[in-house]
Amino acid sequence: MNVARKQGRDDDRRHDGPSEPGDPPGPEHAGERAVLEAPDIGRALTRIAHEILERAKGADDLMLLGIPTRGAFLARRLAERIEQVEGRPVAVGSLDVTMYRDDLRLRPARALGRTELPAGGVDGRIVVLVDDVLFSGRTVRAALDALNDLGRPRAVRLAVLVDRGHRELPIRADHVGKNLPTSRAETVRVCLSEIDRRDAVLLRGGQR
Amino acid sequence: MNRHLLSTADLSRDDAVLILDTAEHLSQVADRSIKKLPTLRGRTVVNLFYEDSTRTRISFEAAAKRLSADVINFSAKGSSVSKGESLKDTALTLQAMGADAVVVRHGASGAPHRLATWVDGSVVNAGDGTHEHPTQALLDAFTMRRRLGDLDGRRVTIVGDILHSRVARSNVHLLHTLGAEVTVVAPPTLLPVAMGDWPCEVSYDFDAVLSKSDAVMMLRVQHERMNASFFPSAREYSRRYGLDPARLARMPEGAIVMHPGPMNRGMEIAAEVADCARSTIVEQVTNGVTVRMAVLYLLLSGSESAIGGPQ
Repeated sequence: MNVARKQGRDDDRRHDGPSEPGDPPGPEHAGERAVLEAPDIGRALTRIAHEILERAKGADDLMLLGIPTRGAFLARRLAERIEQVEGRPVAVGSLDVTMYRDDLRLRPARALGRTELPAGGVDGRIVVLVDDVLFSGRTVRAALDALNDLGRPRAVRLAVLVDRGHRELPIRADHVGKNLPTSRAETVRVCLSEIDRRDAVLLRGGQR
Repeated sequence: MNRHLLSTADLSRDDAVLILDTAEHLSQVADRSIKKLPTLRGRTVVNLFYEDSTRTRISFEAAAKRLSADVINFSAKGSSVSKGESLKDTALTLQAMGADAVVVRHGASGAPHRLATWVDGSVVNAGDGTHEHPTQALLDAFTMRRRLGDLDGRRVTIVGDILHSRVARSNVHLLHTLGAEVTVVAPPTLLPVAMGDWPCEVSYDFDAVLSKSDAVMMLRVQHERMNASFFPSAREYSRRYGLDPARLARMPEGAIVMHPGPMNRGMEIAAEVADCARSTIVEQVTNGVTVRMAVLYLLLSGSESAIGGPQ
């Protein structure tokens, strides 16, 4: 029963998945294969950064909010790329959505992540939510609720490194690094050098 | 599995740090325009208070409401307790009403432990007799951590009526768990007879330890428990164990003054000391709500609690 829930679960890799910080990271676990390597991730992020800028017509009023843990690192990387293009810094922060999740009661109480809101708040800004993997869409729903309590952005967009499908809510991403068709039995693991020693997107499991 | 917060002596270092870290994240909520989180929607928290309290009860109520829990306040005055209902029958009533958590204050030491065996919900000790007051110790530790940084190796002095103080006992255990060095200071009559299992130093001389304290916590002289001649006169107590401006001046730079409240101004703490910049007394009240939110969140939000000893 536990296993079934694990496989069906989406965005909780970051809480107790095998890629928690402190885990022996980096090299693939048995049965894992890399679908994106470091240069692929770099190119995808560069493209997303340009897309965000193009869509928002510049970095004015733009704010990137990453969903901890790995979304927050991705948001920071995107901000660096946008700064290189625009020549000035863009507002970047993180938004923890744990308190807004709809599956809190299914599992033991969990530790909270960091929320860092750039000065000025979200009112009137174009907020781009950044996460590593888009799966059921429930994390994004929680993030939208959390944003609602923080203020009233002019627009909210969603950027993800990997979209693996299997949405359970009417949510889609505006900017996608890689569309990755998966089966529900597979797990997708994103490694980022900030905490996992290297960059990679790993796919595991499936046929058995 | 059922989990409770009954005593700081039950908390491991990891549990204590988890509570303080969670509180750190939750403290941001107080700065928002919407100071409410949906996390405990549909859960019921009962405040069961057999003893008078303002700040603790209000603090727990605010904490539960900020997490969207339903709060039922019960005080012994004006309830069936005055008709002679026992703690057990009251507990069974709460149980039948479906309380997810019971926050209990009781004059008898150990009452929350008994209560925990009768109800299915989590029990949070909000002060039992002269035994423990764990959330007070947690908010004190949180306040110290914010002002002083990591508590490892910090020297904390607790001054006053140790004999009757649940705050002192909870603080000594928690601060020891967090790596601080604790010294309790009191006249010999206001110290428990057997302190062998208290992980702290004991002194009768406030001035001797004052100059090497990073934090000084003054305890209230509890007039309601002063049923014997513990010290000759209020004035003598105040002279030897009160924190006045002269003593404040001898404290190390950066050291803080704490008091769990309510204060007897002019008795254990001088008014100008209580209101000075090094006093954290008002911060402690603010932090109380945050820390209690963290405790309720960790006990109630998941399928099982993240903290507390199993019962």
